[in-house]
Amino acid sequence: MRRAATLGIVAAGLVGFGLLRLPVERSLEAAQRDAYLRPGAPVIGLRDQLGQLSYAAALSGFRSLVAAFLWIEAHTAWEQTAWGKMAGLFRTVTSLQPRSLAYWDLSSWHMAWNAAIAARQNPKEPSEFLRRRAEREYQQLGKELLEQGIANNPDRYILHERMGILLRDKFDDHAGAAEAFGKAAEMKEAPPYVKRLAAYELAAVEGREQEAYQKLKEIYDLGEDERKPRVLTLLHELEGKLGVPADQRLVPAPPE
Amino acid sequence: MIRRIAAIAAVTWTELVRLKVFYFIIIFALLVIGNSFFLARFSFEEEFQMLKDIALGAMSIFSALLAILASATLLPKDLEDRTIYTILAKPVSRFEYLMGKLAGVFMLLALAVILMGAVFAAVLVLRTQIVLQSTAAEMAALPAPELAAALQKVRTAGYDPALLAGGLVILVKAWLLAAMTVFISTFATSAIFTTITAFAAYFIGHLQATARDYWMAGGDLGPVAKTILALVAIVFPDLQAFNLVDGIVTGTPVTAALLLKTLALGFGYIAVYTVLAAAVFQTREL
Repeated sequence: MRRAATLGIVAAGLVGFGLLRLPVERSLEAAQRDAYLRPGAPVIGLRDQLGQLSYAAALSGFRSLVAAFLWIEAHTAWEQTAWGKMAGLFRTVTSLQPRSLAYWDLSSWHMAWNAAIAARQNPKEPSEFLRRRAEREYQQLGKELLEQGIANNPDRYILHERMGILLRDKFDDHAGAAEAFGKAAEMKEAPPYVKRLAAYELAAVEGREQEAYQKLKEIYDLGEDERKPRVLTLLHELEGKLGVPADQRLVPAPPE
Repeated sequence: MIRRIAAIAAVTWTELVRLKVFYFIIIFALLVIGNSFFLARFSFEEEFQMLKDIALGAMSIFSALLAILASATLLPKDLEDRTIYTILAKPVSRFEYLMGKLAGVFMLLALAVILMGAVFAAVLVLRTQIVLQSTAAEMAALPAPELAAALQKVRTAGYDPALLAGGLVILVKAWLLAAMTVFISTFATSAIFTTITAFAAYFIGHLQATARDYWMAGGDLGPVAKTILALVAIVFPDLQAFNLVDGIVTGTPVTAALLLKTLALGFGYIAVYTVLAAAVFQTREL
């Protein structure tokens, strides 16, 4: 009788504690989510990508461990130039660890650079059109990975910077690159060169010379350390293009 | 009372150590050191990211396994060996006995996490130093500010004080699991039942937050589904709250306030499970 009563009290205690801690847990969950320390709810699609065992492991608090092993598998796929397999693994790894900048950055780089070039030079594909199309598809995939990475890490500069490089080098999109570098430069941890990159790209956009000139002037005004040869060259070119009077020019003669 | 609890804790500790449970540290060391050689093929960002992923993931697995397996056998073994009768025949209360047992497991888990953390820290420091030296040698021709920036990038990728917070949360989670397992063992009939139930609680605990959110959101759920979700939310601990390492390994900072809140929740669970275990054990027929 005494045992039954005790078990009843214990059960009531367990339920009472459960009810008391619910608001605490919810508030902690929200705080952890705001600090990017708690992943979202498990994604059902992940189960198909991971297999039962890895999915169970990921759900049991071992997401980072599963991601690391899948990354190693992706590296092996790279050595075998199995680009399609790599793309699938990258999607899974980045879903498991969406806050890992290294995974987003390198996944995108592998797709937009390595896989794209391999597709363009694919000796098994005689059609130039199809090779070029495959190359563009991999570049697009690299861009999508960076876009998703930025959406998951809006507070970090590095992926914005990588997006700028990708748009500049693979898409010839100088306006987009300038915007991406500009966003990166706004973040407090961004190194000073990112601001210069934004101005360089803006200078290459037809019709935005005045804006580019203002940006470069701002950099020039920061002092001697920021007056890099390319800054001076572009300022000189833009002053010529914009017809800045000789007495107002910052770089009247072409830099050496 | 403290002296009696300490004496039982020391005996429990000795018993567990004699079970050669620390052999898994060797496996952990082999895993981390072996991986560090393999991972040297990657870029340093990849290498450090995966080293942290694997080491902290392995620390989580080993500490959880050790917590459940070591705690599940505590009471059944003493009952089977009949040593519990000898102990309780002396002026030792059941509460003191239980506290001593739990304290012994807590000490074992603390030492295990410290040892694993030390192996991980040693490998991480060594690899970071090697990468720093090779970077300095490769980039010696660069202007001083650019070289300093490159070295800083390596240091940032390698060292992160938040890893200590990750280790602390792993330890508190392991203690929580130990307290929960001891609680289960107070009404369980065998070590196997305790182990299976604890592992089930472990897996369900990682889904508790999802169940809680569904239950509290209401929606179109039927009464049966609602009851099941409510039970999961109320009875099981939210173990996802202690998985901060997944974020920490990506370089996400942890504020002191958030760390303290997480640890406080962990200690709250430990305290409640311990009190409940003591209550059940008090009336258990031996």
